[in-house]
Amino acid sequence: MSSQKWGAVVGFLKRVVKMKMFLPFFCLILVLLINLIKSPGFFSIDIKNGVLFGRLIDILNRGSEIAILAVGQTLVIAVSAGTDISVGSVMSLSACFCCMSLAGYGVSSTNTLAIPMILGILGGILMGGICGVFNGTLVSKLKIQPMVATLILFTAARAIGLLLCNNQITYIRYEPYKYLGNFIPGCPIPTSIFVTAGVILVVAILLKKTSLGLYIQSVGINKRAARLLGINSSKIIFLCYVICGLCAGVAGIVASSRIYSADANNIGLTFELDAILAVALGGNSMAGGKFNLAGSIIGAYTIQAITTTLFAMGVSTDQAPVVKAIIVILIVALQAPVFKTWFANRSLKGKSQVKETVGA
Amino acid sequence: MKRKSRINSNTLLLLITIALFIVMYAIGCVIYHEKGFDHLQTFLNILITNAGLLCVACGMTCVMLTGGIDISVGSLIAMDCMILAYGMGVKGYPCIPLLIFVLVIGLVFGLVQGFLVGYLDIQPFIITMAGMFFARGMTAVICTKQLSITQDANALFYSWANYKIFLPKFLGYLNSKGKLQIPFIRPTVLVALSVVLIIFFVLKFTKFGRALYAVGGNEASAKLMGLNVRSTKLKAYILSSFLCSIGGICYSLNTMSGSVQQAVGLEMDAIASSVIGGTLLTGGVGSVFGSLFGVLINGTIGTLVNTNGKLLSSWANIATAALLCFFIILQSVFALVKERKS
Repeated sequence: MSSQKWGAVVGFLKRVVKMKMFLPFFCLILVLLINLIKSPGFFSIDIKNGVLFGRLIDILNRGSEIAILAVGQTLVIAVSAGTDISVGSVMSLSACFCCMSLAGYGVSSTNTLAIPMILGILGGILMGGICGVFNGTLVSKLKIQPMVATLILFTAARAIGLLLCNNQITYIRYEPYKYLGNFIPGCPIPTSIFVTAGVILVVAILLKKTSLGLYIQSVGINKRAARLLGINSSKIIFLCYVICGLCAGVAGIVASSRIYSADANNIGLTFELDAILAVALGGNSMAGGKFNLAGSIIGAYTIQAITTTLFAMGVSTDQAPVVKAIIVILIVALQAPVFKTWFANRSLKGKSQVKETVGA
Repeated sequence: MKRKSRINSNTLLLLITIALFIVMYAIGCVIYHEKGFDHLQTFLNILITNAGLLCVACGMTCVMLTGGIDISVGSLIAMDCMILAYGMGVKGYPCIPLLIFVLVIGLVFGLVQGFLVGYLDIQPFIITMAGMFFARGMTAVICTKQLSITQDANALFYSWANYKIFLPKFLGYLNSKGKLQIPFIRPTVLVALSVVLIIFFVLKFTKFGRALYAVGGNEASAKLMGLNVRSTKLKAYILSSFLCSIGGICYSLNTMSGSVQQAVGLEMDAIASSVIGGTLLTGGVGSVFGSLFGVLINGTIGTLVNTNGKLLSSWANIATAALLCFFIILQSVFALVKERKS
């Protein structure tokens, strides 16, 4: 191959690497490739009992909660350069609140509902919203670092959930309650995929059709400058936390519907790590500012693919976080300013060398 | 004279903490008088159960002085306990090398975290959160079962855990059966209290201690002053993880077991203790004696919930979180007032 062609290829590769969506897609393809080599049956999709069945469907289905959380987390990271680490616990709290209101306080298992199902679900989502309001007030009004502010609910929300459920697991053995996390009879696609699509659609419309997306970016890049431009920075930050809380509420309901119960100790466990990892994998900067919702969502499914792969390899639920933690550290370290300047210097050096040779 | 008489907002926070502790303990004594809450041993038990937390809180205070935070401590303690329980209980290794191994692990863990935070300028929260999940996961990798250390497994470790150091006899009291009880403490309390003293002197009188305050107060001016900000941060995280390992050993001596779900939420208790003790989240202000009182308040809440017997244990979590929330808001209100004044 002539050197010119080679240069064109390298240039093309460089442009691809610099593309916004490179990191999430690259990771997803990598994970899928590993799976393809290890187990050739990975991509087969059959229909069993009238529903779609297969590893890919499983990833899409199980990844719903992470994707929903990632949507809210992206906004929070973009606007405040800090993460909401309470999402997992808030999921558990909203699931507990929903099940508690459906079954009645202190009931551990029920076949009939105390109030209409839709009210219970809305109540659960609203509970997530209230947690978001709490976090948002602490961060935007009282100017507390986001992670410390959300640390309060990180421990307290799960404990409150336990109190609501009277320290036991509340089962809702009411058929329609299982639809949300499983299948609606007659529909082969898991319902949670529709829920995820709905959440993404609502937030995307909110970002594109109103100026909220632009505001979030400008507040994230420079809070003071945005303030001087006339944007109410603290209101935007507050709003992002509320959206994140609502997303956590929805995710909690889906997770609870999957197991048709509220297990305060286990719902949403380590999901905060998954959500943050999804955002980081999505090519978003942890320092706030510009964000990329689609990247985060692909990141979320990549995480689920990694989790599924790990489980297929016989790694237990408790052990999986080791791998994820290492990936988080690697990605965040690569984003570090030190590395960025190092890369920039290297490419500058390369250019100057080229110029020298041309000059000679 | 004038400077001495003025109470600034930071000392005020510490005074509020001490007053709160005294009030809480007094209320406990009044309500649970029959259950023996007012005996000296109850107070000593708070120290015994929270010896590990005290060590961790000292390390946390050092990290928070630099303006950082370390939320990996709870998981690191679980990992330490699991290493000890697995090493002694299952493998039957001798105890001294294992203890040294645990301390070395603490140093290495802190070195990695400190390097990533100090030299790569990554947000401490994200790094230590990854560390938190890493350590918890590693605990499960070692063993997913609940293990305990029995006397047969390691007699030396067992004898340490059950060693009682009796206080002088005149402090004794008669229990409900009219038998003389002499209050005692465990060796872990001595370890924890000496950690507090050592860290107090380090913070007060050494170059490193003053550098911690300087870095947290204003990083840019610390740099201009010629301090090596990066290495100071690195050392702070190493110190935190090392103290956490000492805390882990104390914790293990107290519980004599290891499981994946151990010390869940301990990072929250440690942070709450530091914050309640007057350490500012923004860094630069704080002392270990404040943290000592923070730990005592934390322990008192737990003991109150336990003594009641009817309350669910999650109430202790909620109360700690609420207190943390209250003190954080207090701090930020003070900061806002100060800003408005100047």
